[in-house]
Amino acid sequence: MVNYFPEEVLEHVFSFLTSHRDRNAVSLVCKSWYNVERFSRGKVFIGNCYAISPERLISRFPRVRSLTLKGKPHFADFNLVLHDWGGYVYPWIEAMAKGCTNLEELRLKRMLVSDASLELIAKSFPNFKSLVLVSCEGFTTDGLAAIASNCRFLRELDLQENEVEDPRGQWLSCFPDSCTSLASLNFACLKGEVNLAALERLVARCRNLKSLRLNHAVPPDVLQKILARAPQLVDLGAGSFVHDPESETYNKLKNVMQKCTSIRSLSGFLDVNARCLPAIYPICINLSSLNLSYAPGIYSKELVKLIRKCKKLQCLWILDTIGDKGLRVVASACKELQELRVFKSDPNDVGNAAVTEEGLVAISAGCPNLNSLLYFCRQMTNTALITVAKNCPNFIRFRLCTLDPITPDAVTMQPLDNGFGAIVQSCKGLKRLSVSGLLTDQVFLYIGMYAEQLEMLSIAFAGNSDKGMVYVLNGCKKLKKLEIRDSPFGNMALLADTGKYETMRSLWMSSCKVTFGACKSLAEKMPRLNVEIINEGDEMEGGSDDRQNVEKMYLYRTLVGPRKDAPDSVWTL
Amino acid sequence: MEGVMSHGNDLNLKATELRLGLPGTDESTSKNNKRTANELVKNSELLNGKSDAKARDGETVPASKSQIVGWPPVRSFRKNVVQPKKTEAETGNFVKVSMDGAPYLRKIDLKIYKGYQELLKALENMFKLTIGEYSEREGYKGSEYAPAYEDKDGDLMLVGDVPWDMFMSTCKRLRIMKGSEATGLGSGV
Repeated sequence: MVNYFPEEVLEHVFSFLTSHRDRNAVSLVCKSWYNVERFSRGKVFIGNCYAISPERLISRFPRVRSLTLKGKPHFADFNLVLHDWGGYVYPWIEAMAKGCTNLEELRLKRMLVSDASLELIAKSFPNFKSLVLVSCEGFTTDGLAAIASNCRFLRELDLQENEVEDPRGQWLSCFPDSCTSLASLNFACLKGEVNLAALERLVARCRNLKSLRLNHAVPPDVLQKILARAPQLVDLGAGSFVHDPESETYNKLKNVMQKCTSIRSLSGFLDVNARCLPAIYPICINLSSLNLSYAPGIYSKELVKLIRKCKKLQCLWILDTIGDKGLRVVASACKELQELRVFKSDPNDVGNAAVTEEGLVAISAGCPNLNSLLYFCRQMTNTALITVAKNCPNFIRFRLCTLDPITPDAVTMQPLDNGFGAIVQSCKGLKRLSVSGLLTDQVFLYIGMYAEQLEMLSIAFAGNSDKGMVYVLNGCKKLKKLEIRDSPFGNMALLADTGKYETMRSLWMSSCKVTFGACKSLAEKMPRLNVEIINEGDEMEGGSDDRQNVEKMYLYRTLVGPRKDAPDSVWTL
Repeated sequence: MEGVMSHGNDLNLKATELRLGLPGTDESTSKNNKRTANELVKNSELLNGKSDAKARDGETVPASKSQIVGWPPVRSFRKNVVQPKKTEAETGNFVKVSMDGAPYLRKIDLKIYKGYQELLKALENMFKLTIGEYSEREGYKGSEYAPAYEDKDGDLMLVGDVPWDMFMSTCKRLRIMKGSEATGLGSGV
């Protein structure tokens, strides 16, 4: 019996599949489905830019309109990877400019983006609509000026936490008067001045503007004028919020805020006078997302007063200055909370401003819908984690970071194995886990046994022996990314199941007990893996000693062999 | 055998535990505290005795823990933004750099460098010299130049001893020392 659907029908059916995983699955069914799927795929996600080449991307998906690329490994965020390790976007843009000019959207994370790349984008893609850059570097506001000047249909320019040089600061004025299509503009991470008059005019003519995140250089009086022009905003990032509560400006701001009834998401406050926060009170009740993690100096009392009003909050990012007491207020007021991130207020501070296990337990008791957590804390206990696991079985992301990476249970002084064990056992949908504190191989036994959906695991200063890593590799069938630092895992663990690495995106190991010899033999055995040794000193001059421990190793599956753009300090075995 | 495993709560992890020893033996985990801490000492910069002491009597975190690179894991972007003590957030941190024997001084912005490596490379480029490798015991051996800086107390310090962030906030000016003066630094300290 021949099952035959005309291609148009298949294509129509596939058009309902938006997730790239679903589309990947569909393309494995048979050749005909593979072909229909590939011609109809508009959005491509590439989690590791070195796993495939731009040419192969274009030849398989000639009609790609939206491309997401990720570059450096996650630990690059914490200064563990050299600045010039790689992740250049230019070759991708160059290839797309030749073979795929329908590109509309580009989303990049941890990549090196030059001004030349931005200029090439601006020149090559007439329908370009959306540029999202997260944790990227290598460009200046000159590149942004090129985008602003030339992308006539630009809808979204979203810059998140990028390191951007700002030599001239006139990029905002480069948006031509004819540009009215902007729906989302986020330049909160830029350090320089912007042309405020140009900003006001831009906001005034972009009637579809829904999301606007300003940098610190936008003062409150301009904010007030902007809000008066754009009461339809849904997402607002205030820049500077410092002013005299007695002033006329502040009064105007208060009045204008009351009219901004569409705002659901609030962030920024890069500079803030806590006495001005009452201006926000009218919109608190509508907020589903609040990010005050960049706002230094909002002390617990004001913070708490504000949060108490945010009854519909689903996502909260704050600093640990909120304290356990403040978290208890969150627990009592924000019953719909799903995501909580509590950041360290001063990363170098080993002092007392911090939250403990008590705050977390309170949150778990008050917010049963909690599914995503990032928690920097001074201490933790097994009992607390077990309680949290019981209260919140829906965790998808659970990242705990103790200030001292090997701190034991604060009460019993035992390892935190059982606490994390409870989390993985209870949270059957857990996809991402970061562990910290004193941990033995036991915690990895639990993770291997229970964390069936786990895709990403971050380990630091944990475990006793190779067994720990082996438990994870054997048990976590869906593991995609494993990153390990400063843990006693060695060659036996690395080589225990080499085939596993082809089912994963990548493995990072630094300051572990893996030797050159083992890495070399792994690389030899598995040609479809790139095994990179990142080397900052001159450990590897001339012949290397096979028995020597490798300081940093990053391996990833790839279809295109060793990359050609690695700097001298990166050696692909 | 109640040991560390049971907490009297719902999750009886012991019942489901996979154990590699013979039935009836207990792989006690309580002794692992010290072993783990000791193994870590080699790889991180934690001081030897401290972790042991902690396991014994629950001392609080010593200040030196903040020397671990990349811990706590906070994105550099965030670290640079959320520092309440920095008042010069936008204007850069320019310090004078003098080199013994050079006719004029230079100025560099410490903020554009992410760490000592980048800074030293920049100095090497700027003054056309090589500085050599830093070691705690011997300073910058193997070269006739040593980078030093004047801290906010007015003392002349060797570049590289303190964590980068601390250096950034205490460095008032840099001085590249040459010749016998340079090799004198670091020995007998």
